[in-house]
Amino acid sequence: MSATPKRRKPPRVGDGPLFRRLLIGIVLVIGAILILAPLLIIGVEAFSKGWAVYRDTIIHPDTLHAIGLTVFAALVAVPVNTAFGVAAAWSITKFDFRGRRLLLVVIEIPFSVSPIVAGVAYLFVYGLQGIFGPTLDEYGIKILFAIPGIILASMFVTAPFVARELIPLMQAQGRDLEEAATSLGASGWRTFFSVTLPNIKWALLYGVVLCNARVMGEFGAVSIVSGNIRGQTNTLPLHIELLYHDYQAAGAFAASSILALIAVFTIIAKVALERQGAGRVRSSATRPALVANPAEKTS
Amino acid sequence: MKIRLENVVKTFETFRAVRDVSLEIESGELVALLGPSGSGKTTILRMVAGLEYADGGHIYFGDQDATDIPVRDRGVGFVFQHYALFPHMTVAENIAFGMKVSRVKREKAAIEVRVTDLLRLVRLEGLGDRFPAQISGGQRQRVALARALSVDPKVLLLDEPFGALDANVRHDLRRWLREIHRELGITTIFVTHDQEEALDLADRVVILKDGHIIQQGTAEDVCRNPQSAFVMKFLGDANVLAAEVRDGRAYASGAAIDVFGMADGKAELYARPADLDWSAQGPGIPASITRVLDRPDGRRVLATAETGEQLEFDVEPERGLKAGDGGFVTLRRAKVFAL
Repeated sequence: MSATPKRRKPPRVGDGPLFRRLLIGIVLVIGAILILAPLLIIGVEAFSKGWAVYRDTIIHPDTLHAIGLTVFAALVAVPVNTAFGVAAAWSITKFDFRGRRLLLVVIEIPFSVSPIVAGVAYLFVYGLQGIFGPTLDEYGIKILFAIPGIILASMFVTAPFVARELIPLMQAQGRDLEEAATSLGASGWRTFFSVTLPNIKWALLYGVVLCNARVMGEFGAVSIVSGNIRGQTNTLPLHIELLYHDYQAAGAFAASSILALIAVFTIIAKVALERQGAGRVRSSATRPALVANPAEKTS
Repeated sequence: MKIRLENVVKTFETFRAVRDVSLEIESGELVALLGPSGSGKTTILRMVAGLEYADGGHIYFGDQDATDIPVRDRGVGFVFQHYALFPHMTVAENIAFGMKVSRVKREKAAIEVRVTDLLRLVRLEGLGDRFPAQISGGQRQRVALARALSVDPKVLLLDEPFGALDANVRHDLRRWLREIHRELGITTIFVTHDQEEALDLADRVVILKDGHIIQQGTAEDVCRNPQSAFVMKFLGDANVLAAEVRDGRAYASGAAIDVFGMADGKAELYARPADLDWSAQGPGIPASITRVLDRPDGRRVLATAETGEQLEFDVEPERGLKAGDGGFVTLRRAKVFAL
């Protein structure tokens, strides 16, 4: 390789300089128009009527309530879905049972179903004309147009996030490590906390971060079941819609900027976690934490 | 600890992995379970460990029925084919793990002393702070062995212990494992599909096929007196010739050999490459050489007999044979099995 020929040849097949520049250029332009520009507009528009309007929108009781409700929904939905994800990934990867593939498909359903369909379905199950609605109403339990409905709808939409990150990783790791720990005398809990968890922690956190971002940003399913009661059942995304329909564009953008900020933090956390090897089944050799099958490497 | 398996049976879904296996392993013995894939050897090992439960039969550790004792309490040391080292723990932490989680409480200082001892035993002094990803495959396997030994197991079980290593490392580790076994005297069972490894290392070789024990004995027993064509073929390269037994002699296309006490009838004659030789004149099996393969320790000759059978045999490196030569394959010794 040291003797570089004078004629400029592409270093690899299909890597001509013209083609490369053209393709990268197209992607950059489309990325800027489709993704970056709208996000920048949020920042610009949020402050278009000055800092005072921005501040007033944020500290308005309705906005604060919406923020609180969104955080509360995340505080319930994310831990429950995390536990569900770990349990699901564990069942699918460590046990052999009938219906394993079916369970895998079921977990992924929320990814392929439009959230609004989930909302409508909840309406039919818990609504007053629905299956459980009248019974629940008799006991004075309100699910729809109340906080439980919002949380349930958010959970439906985000159910696959943690499991999906863990399953490929745990599949690659196999059962050897747990068997080794048990044969050395470790209890089930000890095995989970000392052996399983440390090996999936980055992927788990990665799933949690994505799950959280989605819970906080969920609009479709929640808008159906919440009833949009201002100051009561409005989450932040619903509140943004409301402000927008009230012709308070600056306010809508101000509220949006909070969600955008959450997104920025999510991306930072995501990149940081990816550096730790999460989001990939196999990590590079320098990181001992996630070597799935050391035997395959010749070192 | 003496290990006894009594009519052990194991079925996975519809696949009968182990069918009615009975086996006794003396205290301090080093036994190899040898067989092709699917022969049930790993399943037997995992049942002895308690990683699988037997569907039928009993497994005794000494006089105690261990069949239903869970792996956690069975007191075995298990070494996995792919080591199964905990990747997030250092070598020393891996070795200490069993002592830390055991129901038998140990002093922290005592654990440290034991880790140092074990590192010395497996000749990895000074590598205690490394992570498994930072050491070689052979070293990982030695860590896995140290970890398995740390809990003072009654029996040491190794599943294809050298399967993932390259040939040179494998050779050294074999000798080394033999030394460790002599030093510790612990009852040891290992599984392999590599005949050479089993014959090299074990006091006794147990040959399995389709969930049954086909033959067992010392390396000498099984090599010199294979009791079936399967064992003959499985233990090493073998030439097969159609033969016919008449009056205590087997005849195969120009060659003949004495077989005492065999009934007349059709049979197959098996000969190792070293059991055949080449001569320009008869008597022998008329054949022509198709290829000569040069190897570090001699020449392997491939020949086609006039009857169309393919033959392989070894000659000294000095023999100037080449493809196209015609002549006769002579028979030094062979095994004959009735069809």
